[in-house]
Amino acid sequence: MEPLNALVSVSNFMLIPALAYGSQLALGALGITLIFSILRFAHFAHGDTMALGTAAVIGGTLFLQARGASIDPLPTALLAIPFGILIMAAYMLVTDRLVYRYYRRVKAKPMIFVMASLGVMFVTNGVTRLFMGTGETRFEDGQRFIFTVREFREFTGLAEGLALRSSQAITIIVALIAMGVLFWFLNRTRAGKSMRAYSDNEDLALLSGINPERVVTITWVITAILLVLAGTLYGLDKGFRPFNYFQLLLPMFAAAILGGLGSPLGAIVGAYVVAFAELGITFAWRRVLSYLAPEGMEPSSMMQLLPVDYKFAVTFAILVIVLLFRPTGIFKGKVI
Amino acid sequence: MAEPFLIGEAMTGGYGGADILHSCTIAVEKGEIAVIVGPNGAGKSTAMKAVFGMLRIREGKVRLNGEDITALSPQARVGKGMGFVPQTNNIFPSMSVEENLEMGAFIRTDDISETREQIFDLFPILRDKRRQAAGELSGGQRQQVAVGRALMTKPKVLMLDEPTAGVSPIVMDELFDRIIEIARTGISILMVEQNARQALNIADKGYVLVQGENRYTDTGQALLADPEVRKSFLGG
Repeated sequence: MEPLNALVSVSNFMLIPALAYGSQLALGALGITLIFSILRFAHFAHGDTMALGTAAVIGGTLFLQARGASIDPLPTALLAIPFGILIMAAYMLVTDRLVYRYYRRVKAKPMIFVMASLGVMFVTNGVTRLFMGTGETRFEDGQRFIFTVREFREFTGLAEGLALRSSQAITIIVALIAMGVLFWFLNRTRAGKSMRAYSDNEDLALLSGINPERVVTITWVITAILLVLAGTLYGLDKGFRPFNYFQLLLPMFAAAILGGLGSPLGAIVGAYVVAFAELGITFAWRRVLSYLAPEGMEPSSMMQLLPVDYKFAVTFAILVIVLLFRPTGIFKGKVI
Repeated sequence: MAEPFLIGEAMTGGYGGADILHSCTIAVEKGEIAVIVGPNGAGKSTAMKAVFGMLRIREGKVRLNGEDITALSPQARVGKGMGFVPQTNNIFPSMSVEENLEMGAFIRTDDISETREQIFDLFPILRDKRRQAAGELSGGQRQQVAVGRALMTKPKVLMLDEPTAGVSPIVMDELFDRIIEIARTGISILMVEQNARQALNIADKGYVLVQGENRYTDTGQALLADPEVRKSFLGG
């Protein structure tokens, strides 16, 4: 039973958390890749917009809880997501009107857009802190575990335990559904195809009668949906703290670039690679290896390549390596 | 004589700065092929873009079927029945052949399957490759996709900017055959060509431009037979 114990241990502490984290990153990275392929700039405000979206969902959750609404055992926040999406779609469209549209009209260089999005990032960050403060807010309610370590141990009789938190399961399921719907939208609907056409060849799209402003509007709305989902799932999983969302910018960009900017499939693959790399390299493998190593050869150290505090260094290293050796990413995307 | 179906009359203008076209006239009759030839930098493509509204002309008029369309945007001209195939970047490379055609028909709200079948009949190879990404096709096949895309709006005039640029002579001959076939269905063709001799061969009307001005204008055959034109522009 030793290999089985190793598998259970690695699943509990690494695989399942990485799968959930990767799903959250994937939804964020999809937004980045969509904005890059349609509006053609790196959206630096992504992390903070995600925080604001989550704040809106938390607001909705508190309102619903006060009214006694609940979908127990699921968290009330899921019920508040449509409200968050509505707020964020409006916020992003207004931002586009006030900021980005002008730069589109004067055909500004992508770097100008990036700087503008940096400004939007600071403003959004301020708005979020105004409502939420800088501390941590927990808003997960409902049933916390699908099964706990103890239940698992009693059920299987293994020495190692495995827990599956509701937030993790919800994250993975919601992310899969969202990705499926997104791919269906992009490949099967007229609006989705017009987005891909615009991303492929702007001038020809114009000649074909595709309205660029409409494509841009659809892109912002889809991004708002993805952002609110990603932010809420991340918040349910790890608690809400504005600064953490800002920090997510790095892994999300690393995922999008690793997968190939402009490629939705790439963003998803990249997100999981980044998530597994971050957790795998900062994971203490001693327990797992002691199950697998022959008698008397058990490792005495923690078998941890890097302390957990350095997980963003892993992402940063991935980013640098990709940009140096394969700037187009796995799926041959565009180069920044 | 009745007015030609599409005419850019006495067009003068350029991309801001100095004028490139100087009182240049280009016209095409219904169901006929008109070809613009001339040396490099003669303003061939510019003349065509002016007819399509991609650059502002200071003087002159563009009329389609008697209607003055000088002030219309290229998109509006597509709506009026003009199709344009740019020289480069004329397909959506990551989209399938079928999706390229579908995007060509974006402004249409009726059923497009009949037009799509007509295009597959015209370019049978595209039917075989309908699910393949257009960017993965050969140069000649891409041009077929590009022409097919422009035909999806059921245009009355099809404008082609050097359709045979960068394809092999065999493919070029085949493309010209297809273009003749398109003209036979009643669609007027206006094209710019580097391969002057072959293009004039199939042309009902030829325009030789030099420095943005009409130098010679005649039927394709007459231009081919003209010793002056042969000596200066067709290499003897």
